[in-house]
Amino acid sequence: MPIDPHYETVIGLEVHSQLRTKSKIFCGCPNIFGAEANTQICPVCAGFPGVLPVMNREMVNMAIKTGLAINGTINNFSVFSRKNYFYPDSPTGYQISQYDLPIVEHGELFINPEGQSKKRVGVTRIHMEVDAGKSLHEGIVGASWVDLNRVGTPLLEIVSEPDMRSSEEAGAYLKKLRAILRFLEVCDGNMEEGSFRCDANVSVRHYGAEEFGTRTELKNLNSIRNVMRAIDYEVERQIDIIENGDTVVQETRLWDANNNSSRSMRSKEDAHDYRYFPEPDLPPLTIEQSHIDDIRARLPELPDDMAKRFQDEMGLSEYDAGVLTASKEMASYFEIANQVVTVAGKKNAKATANWVTVELLGRLNKNGLEIEESPVSATNMGKLVALIQSGDISGKIAKQVFGFMFDDGGDPEQIVKEKGLKQVTDSSAINSEVDQVLAAHPEQVEQYRGGKTQILGFLVGKVMQATRGKANPAMVNSLLKDKLG
Amino acid sequence: MSITADTVKHVANLARLDIPADEVEGYVEQLSQILGLMDQLNSLPTDGVEPMSHAVEMLMPAREDVVVNSDARDLLLACAPDTEDGHFRVPKIIE
Amino acid sequence: MFSDPTVLSISQLAESLKKRQISSEDLVNSFLERIERINPEVNAYITIDRAGAIKAAQDADNRLDAKQGGPLTGVPIGVKDLFCTKEVRTTCGSRMLHNFIPPYESTVTSRLKAAGAVMLGKTNMDEFAMGSSNETSFFGVVKNPWDLTRIPGGSSGGSAAAVSAGLGVAAIGTDTGGSIRQPAALTGITGIKPTYGRVSRFGMVAFASSLDQAGPMTKTAEDAALLLQAMAGHDPKDATSIDSPVPDYMASLNDGLKGRKIGVPEEYFATGLSTDVASVIEEAKKQFQDLGAELVPVSLPTTKQAIPTYYVLAPAEASSNLARYDGIRFGYRCENPQDIKDLFTRSRAEGFGSEVKRRIMLGTYVLSSGYYDAYYLKAQKVRRMIADDFKAAFTKVDLLLTPTTPDTAFKLGAKTDDPVQMYLSDIFTINVNLAGLPAISIPCGFSRDNLPIGLQLIGRPLDESGILSAAHAYQQATEWHTRKPVL
Ligand SMILES: [Mg+2]
Ligand SMILES: [Zn+2]
Repeated sequence: MPIDPHYETVIGLEVHSQLRTKSKIFCGCPNIFGAEANTQICPVCAGFPGVLPVMNREMVNMAIKTGLAINGTINNFSVFSRKNYFYPDSPTGYQISQYDLPIVEHGELFINPEGQSKKRVGVTRIHMEVDAGKSLHEGIVGASWVDLNRVGTPLLEIVSEPDMRSSEEAGAYLKKLRAILRFLEVCDGNMEEGSFRCDANVSVRHYGAEEFGTRTELKNLNSIRNVMRAIDYEVERQIDIIENGDTVVQETRLWDANNNSSRSMRSKEDAHDYRYFPEPDLPPLTIEQSHIDDIRARLPELPDDMAKRFQDEMGLSEYDAGVLTASKEMASYFEIANQVVTVAGKKNAKATANWVTVELLGRLNKNGLEIEESPVSATNMGKLVALIQSGDISGKIAKQVFGFMFDDGGDPEQIVKEKGLKQVTDSSAINSEVDQVLAAHPEQVEQYRGGKTQILGFLVGKVMQATRGKANPAMVNSLLKDKLG
Repeated sequence: MSITADTVKHVANLARLDIPADEVEGYVEQLSQILGLMDQLNSLPTDGVEPMSHAVEMLMPAREDVVVNSDARDLLLACAPDTEDGHFRVPKIIE
Repeated sequence: MFSDPTVLSISQLAESLKKRQISSEDLVNSFLERIERINPEVNAYITIDRAGAIKAAQDADNRLDAKQGGPLTGVPIGVKDLFCTKEVRTTCGSRMLHNFIPPYESTVTSRLKAAGAVMLGKTNMDEFAMGSSNETSFFGVVKNPWDLTRIPGGSSGGSAAAVSAGLGVAAIGTDTGGSIRQPAALTGITGIKPTYGRVSRFGMVAFASSLDQAGPMTKTAEDAALLLQAMAGHDPKDATSIDSPVPDYMASLNDGLKGRKIGVPEEYFATGLSTDVASVIEEAKKQFQDLGAELVPVSLPTTKQAIPTYYVLAPAEASSNLARYDGIRFGYRCENPQDIKDLFTRSRAEGFGSEVKRRIMLGTYVLSSGYYDAYYLKAQKVRRMIADDFKAAFTKVDLLLTPTTPDTAFKLGAKTDDPVQMYLSDIFTINVNLAGLPAISIPCGFSRDNLPIGLQLIGRPLDESGILSAAHAYQQATEWHTRKPVL
């Protein structure tokens, strides 16, 4: 969306990601999504009198992992606080969170917005906190219902610096962050199900201004697309306000994806005063440096490292390497396919990358499918590339085979065999086809010999047609040249 | 720091306590008295003193990430003043 | 074989139970009978669990018959009504929880039950443990068995009155700012507040989480040792519970006082002490010297700051702890709430009594934006200074000896309109909670109008053994703890 060039957009993002622990953060209830209402609760998470929270060890480990993955400082000493507010889905009347001393500070991540060069976005902090429950309103007559299953789900709140300057950068940040969390296997990153939620702080200022403008906080953004649309809408709205000589009000705004607009959420009267204070039920959290080092040593390969490896060891372009490491699923798809090609003795990572990023992603996008839903398995993709590399099929035939594979699944070797698509490299067989074509087109032969050598393409085409594409085009070419020349 | 009727109303709102208008003055008086007692703390220099939030210095213990609870919905809902179809029931919430 | 078994201590009863000279069921029936007769006057119990007690007594008898009993098997006790007890109503002295029947059990009560103790019922208390006189209970005031026109102290006033009046061999209380020791002193019984973290807080309705601690209220220090033995110990369900082994309190009970250094903090004997208390404590000090202890004058300069510090920190924590009482999942809900905010504000305004509301308001205020540093943070720093004072004193002495309260029990209603005066009655007990230390109150004499006076012994962290053995030595040499009110 074109933005008024006199203004600069400033965006900071707060992401809440649910961690994939087995049990909840402070009690032994299962941490699962989609169970029947209130069946995953106990006195602790439901905020009953007299019960106490006990920290889940795995949550801390996941927080440390995430902190290390974004190059953050892991604080050896951190503190839990209570954030006090009343809401029906917050059963204790406070949220256990971290305030002054979060577990991670001073991180960063690098984004690759489409068509732009790599950019650093600072991560101010990551802290651990507990998720709230849900209130249900729709279709309930004269009441709302409270479901507390989600209360106690471990959350990491990841707060960025206000370093992004466009909705595209915000989108790229979210994609990169989500990829990192998925590579770490700490969060499934599903925005629709709410396991990866984003609030956006947006402001505008005149280019060159030092001070930030008044920001608004956008909520209810349940897809990356919506985050970007809501930011664009908000930027326009704020510029309009300023252009009209009014001032932007600091407020929380709720995005309405159906109407492509937002509305103010809370009245000023209810301005929050969270009365944070140290959680008396939990002693401070201390983490041994050796434990941090241990986790660091066992970190999996992360998207940026993997992209670098793809470039350094496989000679892929920065762009291809970026696309292929955009998600864990994508990367593992590519690596499996590439492995098959390599094992077949036809090592060619560039060709594999090309087939995955161009042919496969093109078809997937057209069909609205994710890589993990691909009808063509990574192994079969690799076999197809290997067939091309070995000269068993031509690139053109390969596209045809790929079409069969995409529509009906299946092993490319099988398809080639069944449909008789194997490239003909037997020179005598091709020889006779060439002779026949030359005999059938005396006029063209004359022209060629008369100096119109570009007619050769026509003759090659005729031979290919006659062999239904299976003849090795290089062989056809040289045979024709020999005979004509 | 002096307590006014507005302070009392603000605090009552934060604490979600319905304080009838005729009780506000009483709170102003009592809270002022108690806070007067607390202002005594100001006479004590505390520069450089580390705040103490827990009675005993200890490290946070942690539990293993295992599921130990099973469905307790009916037991817990039985304590509630109003329930419906497996949920806690409250007046319609309008955001 | 006994004319009245309700006057005996745990150690006296245990022997007879073990030898099967008396059955637990008979014992429980004697208590239930006495409760029926006397409780209407004293109001020590909110809920009597007759059926549960008899069932538990029968189980205890079976175990005793099979020679499987311990020292607490079959012993009937009262439990302060803020310990969650499965299937037994737990009110916390509040309208807010007047109908709350927890589906879970506190660690303290489950340990006591596992040790064979029989719960007679749930004892009265100041609402949410907020009070020093037991006048704030939704279930009515508790009266001091020594003088029914006076308060029993609070907030564990029901437990204190029950033990004092013979309505339970012993009782369990909790102490956030003196709520075990102060009523113990005012009713002439023994009460110990253990080191913070020694006893699990799981299932104990929270007042001020960083200060709350449960403890036994008994006739003797020996009984306190027996009960504490069963209650204490690490609990994985409480992250603030101390993970270190519990010593054998009985093994060291007779260690005596010879050669022990007892500090006497001068600030506790400055102005404000009633003449009766002052003279009785003087006598007690001599007694301790006679028993071989060396008295050493010490100073705890921040003593005076304890009250304001406590009345910032405890209400702050309470304002947050009590936010869960919102009328949604349990407890009181107002009639016909108009909307969700109305549900919150009216349920809370109608469900909580005035002292609780006052403290919620106070705690909310000191945490609110603009006041946090001036009140809450300041108080946290002073708390550190108070704790450091004790630390310094304990480099010189083994124990500290003080009066438990500045005066004897006051008349019902005497301080209800003056919260500040009421708060000041906890002046000698609050410091100990702020510092997290163990302390015991034992009877050490009577005023001229025959009201009990208590003496407090404060120990180093986790030195419950030390204060129990000192208290026991004193009780072996004196008879104050054996006196009983006439009812
Ligand atoms: Mg948050
Ligand atoms: Zn739970």
